[in-house]
Amino acid sequence: MTGESWSSTRLPRIAVLGSGHVGPVIARVALEAGYQVAIAASGDPEKIALITQVLAPGAEPRWAADAVKEADIVVLAIPLHRFAGFDPALVAGKLVVDTMNYWPPIDGVQEMFEDRRYGCSEIVSQRLVRSTVVKTFNHLGYHELEDERRPMGSPERRALGVASDDPVGVDVVAGVIERIGYDTVRLDSLIAGRLLEPGGPVFGVSLSRPEFELAMRVEAA
Amino acid sequence: MTTAPSSAVPASAGEPGQFPLVLGLDTFGDLTHDDDDRADTHAQTIRNVVEQGVLADHVGVDFFGIGEHHTDDFPMPAADVVLGTIAGRTTRIRLGSAVTVLSSDDPVRVFQRYSTLDAISGGRAEVILGRGSSTESFPLFGYGLADYEDLFEEKTHLFAELLKGGPVTWEGKTRAPLHNQDVVPHTESGPFPAWIGVGGSPQSVIRAAHYGFSLMLAIIGGPPARFSPFSQLFRQALEKFGQDPRPVGVHSPGHVAATDEQAREEFWPRYLEVIRRFSKTRGFAIPTKESFAHEVGPHGALYVGSPETVAQKIAANLTLLDATRFDLKYGMPGLSQQALMTNIELYGTQVMPRVHELVG
Repeated sequence: MTGESWSSTRLPRIAVLGSGHVGPVIARVALEAGYQVAIAASGDPEKIALITQVLAPGAEPRWAADAVKEADIVVLAIPLHRFAGFDPALVAGKLVVDTMNYWPPIDGVQEMFEDRRYGCSEIVSQRLVRSTVVKTFNHLGYHELEDERRPMGSPERRALGVASDDPVGVDVVAGVIERIGYDTVRLDSLIAGRLLEPGGPVFGVSLSRPEFELAMRVEAA
Repeated sequence: MTTAPSSAVPASAGEPGQFPLVLGLDTFGDLTHDDDDRADTHAQTIRNVVEQGVLADHVGVDFFGIGEHHTDDFPMPAADVVLGTIAGRTTRIRLGSAVTVLSSDDPVRVFQRYSTLDAISGGRAEVILGRGSSTESFPLFGYGLADYEDLFEEKTHLFAELLKGGPVTWEGKTRAPLHNQDVVPHTESGPFPAWIGVGGSPQSVIRAAHYGFSLMLAIIGGPPARFSPFSQLFRQALEKFGQDPRPVGVHSPGHVAATDEQAREEFWPRYLEVIRRFSKTRGFAIPTKESFAHEVGPHGALYVGSPETVAQKIAANLTLLDATRFDLKYGMPGLSQQALMTNIELYGTQVMPRVHELVG
C-alpha cells in the first residue's frame, strides 16, 4: 500500500495529471502548502512549461510517467471523457485522487459512466484496479479552490469530503487537504462518496464541517 | 512549442495606451417580458434586440455583441442576421458575436457570415469565438460534447487561416479539406478583429496567442482577480510565439439602473430564476441573497448598480487584469425592454464617460 512508501518525516510528493481548468490550480495550492509538485499533461512537458511557469510557479513540468514514478499521491485532473483512454498501468500501485465528475450536460454522455449502479469514482476505481482511489475536490469549483482556503481554526473554514475504501488513503489525502486550507469530512467508502457527486447535498455548496456532516446525515436518512 | 521566455515582463509593458479603451455591451438575446411580466414572443425579443443595438449606437457604446444561444429563454441562434439589421440602421458602433460557438459551426460559414457583416457595416464586424456557457448547439447540430477540444482546436486553426484572406489550404478531421480555396466575400481592409473567449482553460489562452487572436476573459462568477495570471500567460505566450501584442478584454454580466437599490431589485429575482434553472443541469449552487451581495460587491463578478458603482468596478478590474476592453453582458431573461433600454442609455451616457475618467 502506498501509504507506507513515504515516511512521516517528509511531506508526500504530489503529481498532478492535467493542465486544464483544474490541474494548475491544485498544483498551485499544493505548492503554497509546502508540497513538492510535478505537473504533467498527455505529452511533452515542454508544451505545458509556460502554463506551469505562470500559473503554478515552482511546480515541475514532466512527462506523466516520470511525474508519477516519484510521487506519493497522483491527482487525476483530466477531463472525464479522456479517462477511457487513460492507461491504468501508469498509476499502478499509487494513491490516486479522483477529482472528476460525470456531468452529461457539459461533457456529453459517456458509456463507461452510464452504469447508474455505481458512482463515478467507483467506476474509476474498478478500472484503476491496482491503485488506491480517493474521491475529493470534485464538489467545489476549481475557481473556488484557491480563494476559499482558510487557516485551521478559522470560523469560515470550509469542509471537503474525502472518500475511499482505503482508510490509510483517506488519512493521507485528508492530511494534504487540511494543510491546503480546508477541514475534512472522511467517508469510509467510495459508495458513501456518491453523496459528493453532482446533484448531491454538498455539491457546489460552501459548508463548515458541522454543516457538511449534517447535510450528509439528512441525505443518508 | 519552444522554450518559455525567461522574462516575466508582459510583451506590451512599457507601451501604455497601445490599445484604446473599448467599452461594449453584450446580449444573449435574453427573453424580454412585457409590462405585465408576461413573456414576450421569441420574435418580439429579437426585434427588441435590434432596438437595443440601435440605441447602443446612439448613446456612444463602442461595441455591441450578440452571443449565440439556442434555448427558450435565450432564443438567439442567428446573431449575424440580427447584427446585419443593426448594421443597416447604424453608422458607428462595432458589431460582433459574443460568442460564436465555433466548435459546432463551420468556420468557412462563420467567416462568410461575418465578412458579409463587415461589408454591410463598412468594416465594423468582429467575432469572439468560444464555447460560451452554451452546450445546446452540440446535440442540435450533431456534435459530441466529448469532442469539444478537438473540434475547437481544428476549427480555430482553420478560422485563423481564413482570416488571412488569401486562398486557403487546410486539412483536418472535422470538415472537408480545402485546397487553395478562395473564400468570398473578401474583406475590404484586411482581417476583422477576432477574439477567443476564455472561461478558465489555460490551454485556450495559449491557443489564442498561438493563432494570433485577442483574448476575451469571460468572468461570470467569483473574484475577477483570479484571472490576472491569464493576462500574464497570454502576453508571455504571444511573445513566445512571435506574435504582435494583442489586447485583453473582459466580459461580465450586470445591470445598470438609476440607483444601486433599483438595479439590485430588478436584477436579483431574474438572476436567481436563471441560475436556479441552470443548477439542475449544470450543478451550480443556487445563489442566496448573501452570495449575490458578494458577487455584486468589489470582489465579485457581477456589475449591478448605479452608473457610478458599475463604472468604479469596471475601472478597477480593467486595471487589475491589465485589460483595455470591457463588455457588459446586460439583461437577464424576464427583464422588460424598458429596463434594458434604460440600462443601455445609462451605460453609454454615464458609465462610459466615468470609466474613461477613472482609467485616465
